[in-house]
Amino acid sequence: MHEDDEKLIRTRQRGRAVVMGVLLGALVLLIFAITIAKIKAGGGQ
Amino acid sequence: MTTTIAQASILPADWRDFLALTKPRVMTLVVFTGLCGMLAAPVAVDPVLGFTAILCIALGAGAAGALNQWYEADLDAKMKRTERRPLPAGRMDRQSALHFGVGLGAFSVILMGLAVNLVAAAILTVSILFYVLVYTVWLKRRTPQNIVIGGAAGAFPPLIGWAAATGHVATLPILLFALVFLWTPPHFWALALFMKSDYAAAGVPMLPVVAGERATRLQIGLYTIPMAIAAIAPWALRLTGTLYGGVAIAATGVFAGLALRVSTRSTGAGDAMRPEKRLFAWSILYLFILFGALVVDRWIG
Repeated sequence: MHEDDEKLIRTRQRGRAVVMGVLLGALVLLIFAITIAKIKAGGGQ
Repeated sequence: MTTTIAQASILPADWRDFLALTKPRVMTLVVFTGLCGMLAAPVAVDPVLGFTAILCIALGAGAAGALNQWYEADLDAKMKRTERRPLPAGRMDRQSALHFGVGLGAFSVILMGLAVNLVAAAILTVSILFYVLVYTVWLKRRTPQNIVIGGAAGAFPPLIGWAAATGHVATLPILLFALVFLWTPPHFWALALFMKSDYAAAGVPMLPVVAGERATRLQIGLYTIPMAIAAIAPWALRLTGTLYGGVAIAATGVFAGLALRVSTRSTGAGDAMRPEKRLFAWSILYLFILFGALVVDRWIG
């Protein structure tokens, strides 16, 4: 494999890992907020 | 092309290509009509649950868009408008697109069902399956009526938004569904008139390709009539106030004027297709205006 290709692969992998991390963090916050909203509403549906 | 496909099998796709699979521009209208459907409902929605519902609608639409691109990679490669998408351009392998689409769709439905309600989740499921199986797989390559029936897929968001807020469906969201459903043919056929060569090259049986320009123009005019009725019906049936009624009558009048111009003219070779482009552009703005007016009308009423 060409050195440039390997560099590109690493860059893309890093980019995807960062985006995935941000999305998972956002999901955790969202689930937490949904839980609080459900508790406030009186225990869900 | 051989080089790019070979690269796609080795290189992991960039995250921006996954984003492009979701058709973000189409998603804007889907999110807006879904949000308006929710805000037009006669109940207060918890902001977090409301946000979650809209997120699920957006993710569901994104999943449908990704699966559409997965299935249509060969068609997309033949059209100028779509040849630079991740799959035809060789920036992603098909399996990644399929996994992404199925995963995103399942996630959106499960989240909607758990966080919002089952009615909204069920309609969201139907809308994704309708777009992918009925429109993309079944109709698009077989009949010039593809976008007439397939238009239902894009008409679901206001219904889902309303169901997310209330837990059921009612007359007003059904009329909104009918409005978007009947708006789709004139909207897409206006586009198809000035993108005809693209569709013909790809072998997609769009109405101008199969039945010719004259028949398409006539159909644009004819479909505008029931669309106008569906647009004004919420006010005529006293489901909205006069603000929506006034805006709907004015905006529909402009739409009808542009559609009349398109449906009664004939073109020669090299025509710039300005009236068709104007109708297409107005049709997009038209939905934004109508749904925006619906929400403002609800708030001030």
